[in-house]
Amino acid sequence: MQWKHKDLLDISQLDADEVRHILATAAYFREINSRPVKKVPTLKGRSVVLFFAEASTRTKTSFDMAGKRLSADTFALAKSGSSLAKGETLKDTALTLQAMNPDGIVIRHGSSGAAQFLAERLECSVINAGDGRHAHPTQALLDALTLSRHWNGDFAGKTVLILGDISHSRVARSNVLLLTMLGAQVRLCGPRTLLPPRLDTWPVTVFSDLSKAARDVDAVMCLRLQLERQHAGLLPDLREYARTFGVSPRHLAQAAPGACVLHPGPINRGVEIDSALADSAESLILEQVENGVAVRMALLYLYLTRKSPDAAQPGIPA
Amino acid sequence: MSENNKPQQVKKLDLAVRSALWLGPLKSQAKASGKKGSQPKAQLGMLKNPKGQLVDVLVAKGRIVSVAPAGSLDVQAAKEVDARGLILLPSLTDAHTHLREPGQEYKEDIASGLLAAAFGGFSNLMCMANTRPVNDTASVTEFMLEQARKSWPPAVGVGPRLYPIGALTKGLKGQELASMADLKDAGCVAVSNDGRPVESTELFRRALEYAHDLGLVVIDHCEDPFLAPAAGVNEGVVSSRLGLAGQPDIAEAIQASRDVLLAEYLNVPIHLAHISCEKSVAVIRAAKARGVDVTAETCPHYLTLTEDEVAGYSANAKVNPPLRPQADVEALLEALADGTIDMLATDHAPHAAHEKEVEFDQAPCGISGLDTALAVTWELVRTGRLPFDAFLRAWTTAPCRRFGLPVCTFAPGDPADFLLFDQEAQWVVGPDTMQSKSKNTPLLGRVLRGRLKAHFLAGKSIV
Repeated sequence: MQWKHKDLLDISQLDADEVRHILATAAYFREINSRPVKKVPTLKGRSVVLFFAEASTRTKTSFDMAGKRLSADTFALAKSGSSLAKGETLKDTALTLQAMNPDGIVIRHGSSGAAQFLAERLECSVINAGDGRHAHPTQALLDALTLSRHWNGDFAGKTVLILGDISHSRVARSNVLLLTMLGAQVRLCGPRTLLPPRLDTWPVTVFSDLSKAARDVDAVMCLRLQLERQHAGLLPDLREYARTFGVSPRHLAQAAPGACVLHPGPINRGVEIDSALADSAESLILEQVENGVAVRMALLYLYLTRKSPDAAQPGIPA
Repeated sequence: MSENNKPQQVKKLDLAVRSALWLGPLKSQAKASGKKGSQPKAQLGMLKNPKGQLVDVLVAKGRIVSVAPAGSLDVQAAKEVDARGLILLPSLTDAHTHLREPGQEYKEDIASGLLAAAFGGFSNLMCMANTRPVNDTASVTEFMLEQARKSWPPAVGVGPRLYPIGALTKGLKGQELASMADLKDAGCVAVSNDGRPVESTELFRRALEYAHDLGLVVIDHCEDPFLAPAAGVNEGVVSSRLGLAGQPDIAEAIQASRDVLLAEYLNVPIHLAHISCEKSVAVIRAAKARGVDVTAETCPHYLTLTEDEVAGYSANAKVNPPLRPQADVEALLEALADGTIDMLATDHAPHAAHEKEVEFDQAPCGISGLDTALAVTWELVRTGRLPFDAFLRAWTTAPCRRFGLPVCTFAPGDPADFLLFDQEAQWVVGPDTMQSKSKNTPLLGRVLRGRLKAHFLAGKSIV
């Protein structure tokens, strides 16, 4: 498939065929990652800037590892070490990075729309690694790869419950779009104070009672509860939140047979997810991390070689 | 009027504008002309108003002498202007602008703001107090007025008039009343805490009472200060999808309710700024029905743009209160037509390009409006969405009567402040066509129809 997109900003840019192609490519790299020697020369000579203006451990490491396994040169830039901390605007930081001619920039930023802001001003590919509450497309894709493997690629008729702080969650927004596109039904559950407005315009069913929401679902996707929500007046306290919206083996018992649990991490054990459940056989949390590297390898490969199809290696899905 | 019956008695006319299309009633019909049958037929174009006719406007000593059917008065003036094909309008009044001087002259200064006003069709400009320093002392007011006078071209000796609005509270901090008597004596025509709503209802009540004693109307920026303040985007479908913290329309309507209840209880007037939503319209309509002395304004952008403008994280569409859904646009148009909303104002809020070219949540709120307001609102008239008389009232008589400003109604003796407007001329909104220093408008790059061709102030050509 000739890749036509310069940037990955949100799932809404992609169609189902493109998503399947990304997942197929990621599946190939996932196999590479299981070999004793995990490095391939696919992106040799190309450079990727990892521009993380907001704290991140796994996403940044995942992109870094993905780039290095493809033999790209990766350069990490954090907000605290960048000129953004000295008052430089995002535009000027972007133009400065552009002047160094990277082939791609991976951006994590606290403001919704920041990835699009960058993409409109840069010639190189921009990959959104999370912008504010808006989108986290690579997380949604790695979640889809994880569920696809769990369900043998068949999303039709499956129901996924996304649980917790939907309002502030870019993971939820991207997953609603992607899971719906792949044919799954999406349920949302959380306290009203943590739900976005006008959910009637989203392709979802909304629940306020976790026991009802979890009934017969095929997967539960927990979201991390930002602890500061309590101080913002959105929650009374974590104890009550854990009691009413924390997912436990009891809820999974009501779910469909073989139902699994996902979490984008980092997890708050005993808050949004029961600690034992996080470590159980139903938990796919660590597989998500593993798939994250493969998905990001696929994305870097597709976006950075879109103008040079000759970069294709034997075995990579065409 | 006797002058009209005997035009030969006018010793010296300074200006005669010939054959302009006037869509309103004539206040001084030249009864003695006896040429009714020979009046030229007006070209109405798409306008639904059937009253249009071609008129001559005669001016002496800066004032209207007569507006009469074209050709009915056989007199010559020192300056003759052929206005065939152009629409005659009185100059507009803008009761709500931010001119940024003193303090933020890189965004706008009084001279550039008044220049934009001249080209935008405004003769009267009221400017808000949120300058740096805040206009909460007589010296700041006097400085503003001096800067305005200096901005007028010496050769013309006249320009758009500036009417400062004083701060309601010291430093706009919402803690102590500003020295409103000083501000009034220095030239302020109203008081407002615009931009920083007063949190304390007790203090706001006292401000209403104190201002009323001085004959000053309080202009309130209706926004619950705790309910998602200054988000710049409506809480709704678009904010939900984009992952932006939105501001619900009730943030405005709750405060509007508080305001009209206070005004009713205290029996004082109040003016509500930049009304953006249907819920506030309902509050105002009910208050007026009870006899509350409330007036309200809305802005061209709330009548023509919706929250969809924000969809691409366009910071130029970030404004407070935010753009709302289409249902609110329709409700505002209806309210403006039936008089529930009395007037139009631009809420001209210039910001430099570099301030807007940042992450959406970091960008300041505001739209630069003086350059585009006339064309944008005339398009509503041209397409039949806003009656001509409502347009006229909203931009001229309503604000002038509320705040005591001079107004041209084309009656003899009125100030000769008027425009000639080409409703067919198309132009592209951009740096070359805007006079304001700041081009922060979501209309940037769009084609507008209708362009001011001439602007006379006190009978003198300023554009």
